[in-house]
Amino acid sequence: MSRVSKLFTYILLIIFTLFFLIPIYVLISTSFKPLQEVSLEKMWFLPLKASFQGFVKAFQKLSPNLKNSFILVIPATIISALVGSINGYVLSKIKFRGSNLLFTLILFGMFIPYQSVLFPVIRFLQSINLYGSIWGLVILHIIYGLPITTLIFRNYYAEVPTELIEAAHIDGAGIFKVYWKVLFPISLPGFVVVIIWQFTNIWNEFLFAVTVTSDPTKQPITVALVNLAGSKVVEWNVQMAGALLAALPTLLVYVLLGKYFLRGLLAGSVKG
Amino acid sequence: MSFSNWNSFSKLMKGEYIFVGLRNYFRLFEDPRFQTDLWNTLFFTLFFILGCLSLGILLAVLLDKGLKGSRIFQNLFLFPMAISFVVTGTVWSWIFAPGILPKFPQGMNLLYKLLGLESLQWSWYTSTVSIFHFNLALIPVIIAAIWQLSGYTMAMYLAGLRGIDQALIEAAKVDGATSRQIFWRIKFPILRPITLSAVIILGHISLKIFDLVYSMTGSGPNNVTDVPAIYMFETTFRANKYATGSAIAIVMLVMVAVVIVPYLVSSMKREVSK
Repeated sequence: MSRVSKLFTYILLIIFTLFFLIPIYVLISTSFKPLQEVSLEKMWFLPLKASFQGFVKAFQKLSPNLKNSFILVIPATIISALVGSINGYVLSKIKFRGSNLLFTLILFGMFIPYQSVLFPVIRFLQSINLYGSIWGLVILHIIYGLPITTLIFRNYYAEVPTELIEAAHIDGAGIFKVYWKVLFPISLPGFVVVIIWQFTNIWNEFLFAVTVTSDPTKQPITVALVNLAGSKVVEWNVQMAGALLAALPTLLVYVLLGKYFLRGLLAGSVKG
Repeated sequence: MSFSNWNSFSKLMKGEYIFVGLRNYFRLFEDPRFQTDLWNTLFFTLFFILGCLSLGILLAVLLDKGLKGSRIFQNLFLFPMAISFVVTGTVWSWIFAPGILPKFPQGMNLLYKLLGLESLQWSWYTSTVSIFHFNLALIPVIIAAIWQLSGYTMAMYLAGLRGIDQALIEAAKVDGATSRQIFWRIKFPILRPITLSAVIILGHISLKIFDLVYSMTGSGPNNVTDVPAIYMFETTFRANKYATGSAIAIVMLVMVAVVIVPYLVSSMKREVSK
């Protein structure tokens, strides 16, 4: 490649990098400003003196919601990953009549707008007395996480040679024993992809969270963050610090395990 | 529920179901707010998909050249995917807040002023200007959405480009093909199915978009940035009009289904024939 075209490529890449970094710059520089420095004229400048005032305040306000988010995300992620892996095993290795149709129907669940299931879902949660609680949300996210976890595991297990499973069957292992002894031990990479994906999605989800939990002490972080902005006088440093706190867990996961994150992303887009 | 008269809390509590046929739907489609919502969804979807596809393919092609540091750039372009729409909306709402013009510009308008580009200042997402039903106030929201999801299309295209057999490209080079020919004749056709997947996925996201708009602009003046999901949310959970809310939800389901079902059916058929 000629030097000119190389240079040109870099210039373009750097321009786009700026576009991608603008919000992050505003987010970080504002969140470190003390309140008296947060003014409209100075929003594009770095803070004169770094201050943790915004973070302290945001943490005070949002720490119960951060905790809620963790209470929500951890069980929902683990259970939906486990059930998804069993589904994926059944749908990839045990061919039965209508298994393809069933799989397509499950996939449709991935694309369904949550709005259209809100009423039945709320009714269901009311009937089992979990409406308004974080556990109600856990159940929802397990159910609505299944399509994607099933899809990823099905594709993952499709690469496992069927002979392996048949051999285990000949040795007298039942369906569950095959899963537990043969597939589960080699599923770790699949689980990493699925867990990261679910963690990110559930953490960031908003619509279910805002409709199912109305008590502010029970809401996860995304809802609390929007409510923070809704108050009359918006302290932007607190707001931005709060946004940063809300984004931190998923960003950390992305930075540490980006490779697997990407795999989950592509799994959701490349079908079959 | 969308066929019922449950448009107040007391009617819902009484639980007496009165079938009203399609009345809720007729009312909905006559409602100017819902008409605005449909136009907004149409233009939002159109520009959002176009933006994500073109930026995604451009970035993928740039990164596919294999220059030093490509990996860093790739991670940078993809990280918004890890952030929630709510955070994105919050930050962009501040960046695009117009301030009070002309004296007290804010956000981008302020940046324009600092750069001496005052003529570019405008009222961003509070603008009520509309060109053939396209509310210009949607532009900032579309930019924020592209910011969040173009990394995704980039990743898809990049995976596609890297999957291309290098021998094919070498052979074309030996035959004297220019790099432009190689792109349009070899790479582009291979990327076409990826484009289809991307359109479907982005399309279904944009048809039901809620978090981003809700946290960034809300409905805006004269509903310039309103979308069906916001209308549905407000009419149901703020105004207790459950029947209207259900009708909107069903319309949304139908819109998404129209996009998704043919795609799923065709991919199932491909599966069976394999």
